[in-house]
Amino acid sequence: MTAAGLLRAVLAAALLLAGSGAVLVASASGPAVDAARSGPCVEDPKVMRRSHMDFLKHDRDDTVRRGIRGIKHSLSACVDCHASKVDGRVLGSEKHFCQGCHTFAAVKVDCFDCHASTARPAATAAAAAPGSPR
Amino acid sequence: METNSARRAFWALLAAGGAVLAVALGAAHYMEVHGHAVTGMNNQVVWGLPHVFAIFLIVAASGALNVASIGSVFGESDYKPHAPLSVLLTVALLAGGLMVLVLDLGRPERLVVAATHYNFRSIFAWNMILYNGLFAICALYLWALLERRLGRFAKPVGLAAFAWRIILTTGTGSIFGFLVARQAYASGVIAPLFIALSLAWGLAVFHLAQSGLARLAGREPMDAELHARVRRLLAIFVIAALYFVAVHHLTNLYWAKQVAFERFILVSGAPYPALFWAGYVVLGSLVPLVLLFHPALSSARATAAASVLVALGALAFLYVFIVGGQAFPLEIFPGYEAASTFGDGRVDGYSPSLPELLLGLGGLAASFLIALAGARALPILAPAKVAIAAPAPAK
Amino acid sequence: MNPVDKRRREFFGQAAAIAGAMIAPGLMLYEYAEAKAPGEPVSGKVRWGMLIDTTKCAPGCRECVDACNRENGLPGTTRATDSQWIRKVDLKDLKTGKAVSLPVLCQHCAEPPCVDVCPTGASFKREDGIVLVDRHTCIGCRYCMMACPYKARSFVHETTTGQSPDVPRGKGCVESCTLCVHKVDKGGTPSCVEACAAAGHQAIVFGDLNDPSSEISKRIRAATTTQLRADLRTDNGVRYQGL
Repeated sequence: MTAAGLLRAVLAAALLLAGSGAVLVASASGPAVDAARSGPCVEDPKVMRRSHMDFLKHDRDDTVRRGIRGIKHSLSACVDCHASKVDGRVLGSEKHFCQGCHTFAAVKVDCFDCHASTARPAATAAAAAPGSPR
Repeated sequence: METNSARRAFWALLAAGGAVLAVALGAAHYMEVHGHAVTGMNNQVVWGLPHVFAIFLIVAASGALNVASIGSVFGESDYKPHAPLSVLLTVALLAGGLMVLVLDLGRPERLVVAATHYNFRSIFAWNMILYNGLFAICALYLWALLERRLGRFAKPVGLAAFAWRIILTTGTGSIFGFLVARQAYASGVIAPLFIALSLAWGLAVFHLAQSGLARLAGREPMDAELHARVRRLLAIFVIAALYFVAVHHLTNLYWAKQVAFERFILVSGAPYPALFWAGYVVLGSLVPLVLLFHPALSSARATAAASVLVALGALAFLYVFIVGGQAFPLEIFPGYEAASTFGDGRVDGYSPSLPELLLGLGGLAASFLIALAGARALPILAPAKVAIAAPAPAK
Repeated sequence: MNPVDKRRREFFGQAAAIAGAMIAPGLMLYEYAEAKAPGEPVSGKVRWGMLIDTTKCAPGCRECVDACNRENGLPGTTRATDSQWIRKVDLKDLKTGKAVSLPVLCQHCAEPPCVDVCPTGASFKREDGIVLVDRHTCIGCRYCMMACPYKARSFVHETTTGQSPDVPRGKGCVESCTLCVHKVDKGGTPSCVEACAAAGHQAIVFGDLNDPSSEISKRIRAATTTQLRADLRTDNGVRYQGL
């Protein structure tokens, strides 16, 4: 996959995401996953694809050990935003946000052994307002 | 020169050990997939049968190294030819014990986390460093013993190994000794108790391994004079262990607050008193002492029987020590009788499950395989003493 | 130096001194503030504690236990392998026969044995006194469960489902009462405290032990309270009255 191809794919994805509601994101060589968000992610999606595991791994200690709430890369905030509008989950089928890409990349999602894979009830309603504080 | 039957026997033993190990790994996988709910362990008895086997193997590993130490450190030249087997056994037993411990973890896949995050206040963390260090030292020791050109390093490395394993076994005992809140454990005597136990168990396992492997290789077992010394030494170690166990319990009995626990473990808390008295004291210590001291019972078979009984007594002792110590409820409210949904005030009825037993046996199998394969691949066994027709000249 | 520059220097110096003198009282008063801003790390200025008045605790009442189970997504069943972060213990004095009922939970010791023994440092004490398990680092060895004098810790023996999004918990790790840290960090109180108050017993008080004007500090000064197994000198954050 060339850099130009990736850029095209990301551009196409960004354009497709301009509206609200469930949108299937198809990239040149990725799965069709329901991104389920309306509004920008806390990081650029290209950066996120590469590095979300690093962000999560390094920032989680801020919450667990230092008690800092509302960190930028909070896993539960990711879930609140990316959970499917239909059933409020990020796991369950190849269309669900986390499971789709992880199955495609054949990487086990260890997080949800412990973390809830469902959005908070209030969050699904508030997700319509982008940039709501966590 | 190896006979055909010996070669066949080797492969048959390897296959048998491999089969036991394979079943054990399957049991470990089953435990990991379904969680510890499929075992007998629970929130009261958190360490069960796998830990009995694991601690036995780890403590025996430390003691098995003693044979090499007697040669290298204490200069008893008769023991020196047996040093390589002693070191191999240490590695084999330690590997088997650690395998059981790691596979019993709630999250064995986090071994990398355990290896990279250390809390140096934890004796458990120190033990991890000590175990890995012992592997490294044993590798160097074996090299110095087998490579003639490095022979002069055998003594200093042997000394380091001796010191290291004393610290290591002190650490293993202190895992229990440092538990301030548990009536069964919080005691400084646990560390020297484990040293004494390691000496007895290590020598018993060494003797069994040595005679078994020698027979497999078609060699004579150790000569009569060394055999007699080993018998005496094993007896002394068994007595030393009994001494520390006795001191531990007698001291506990002197403390009014410990009496209820001692009554439970020594008299009323079935099955622990039976395992302790019949399993450890009689079968595991007194009968072996008879077998080792009685002049009419000085054959190799008697010594082997004594070694087997010491090893079985070890398992009985550890079951009482580890499981019995947890089955008795914590005394959070002295002077009160307690009851709750979480087992307060109630003796826990732990019964071991099949996956736990299989995992424990798998540890034995892993040690067996490493010792067997190592003895075949390396010149581990002491060379056979050539029998001389004429009596030895006066010294 | 140019006399004008000298004057300017003096002026700035005096302005800085006056500004400092104005801000200083605010800095000192800030030390006593209880709730921290959500984006701030916790500090040792606060030490969270609990006071349980056993004379007000009703035998047979399980409001605190049920509230904890609901808040933290615990199953609520009581098999030997089930997690119980708080439990009601019924006591009877062996000599006098007097009956007492009280909840037992993690005591959030200042010198926690569970933190000392954890090989990976997953069991840790936060700056504000709450003792927690970092389940990212927990390997499930259960040594902390052996070390705890209060049997406060539980091991998750089975696959978990239906976790609360604020309370991650999973198979193979050890867990215990978190003092509802996800609520406390946002200025709230633990659910057991709220439930006991809602049920009308008000047997549990929660607050900052370092703040002499908090309700818990006042109550501890006024009445005789004990720590469980005080002989172990673990200096528990949870105290009991009426034992």
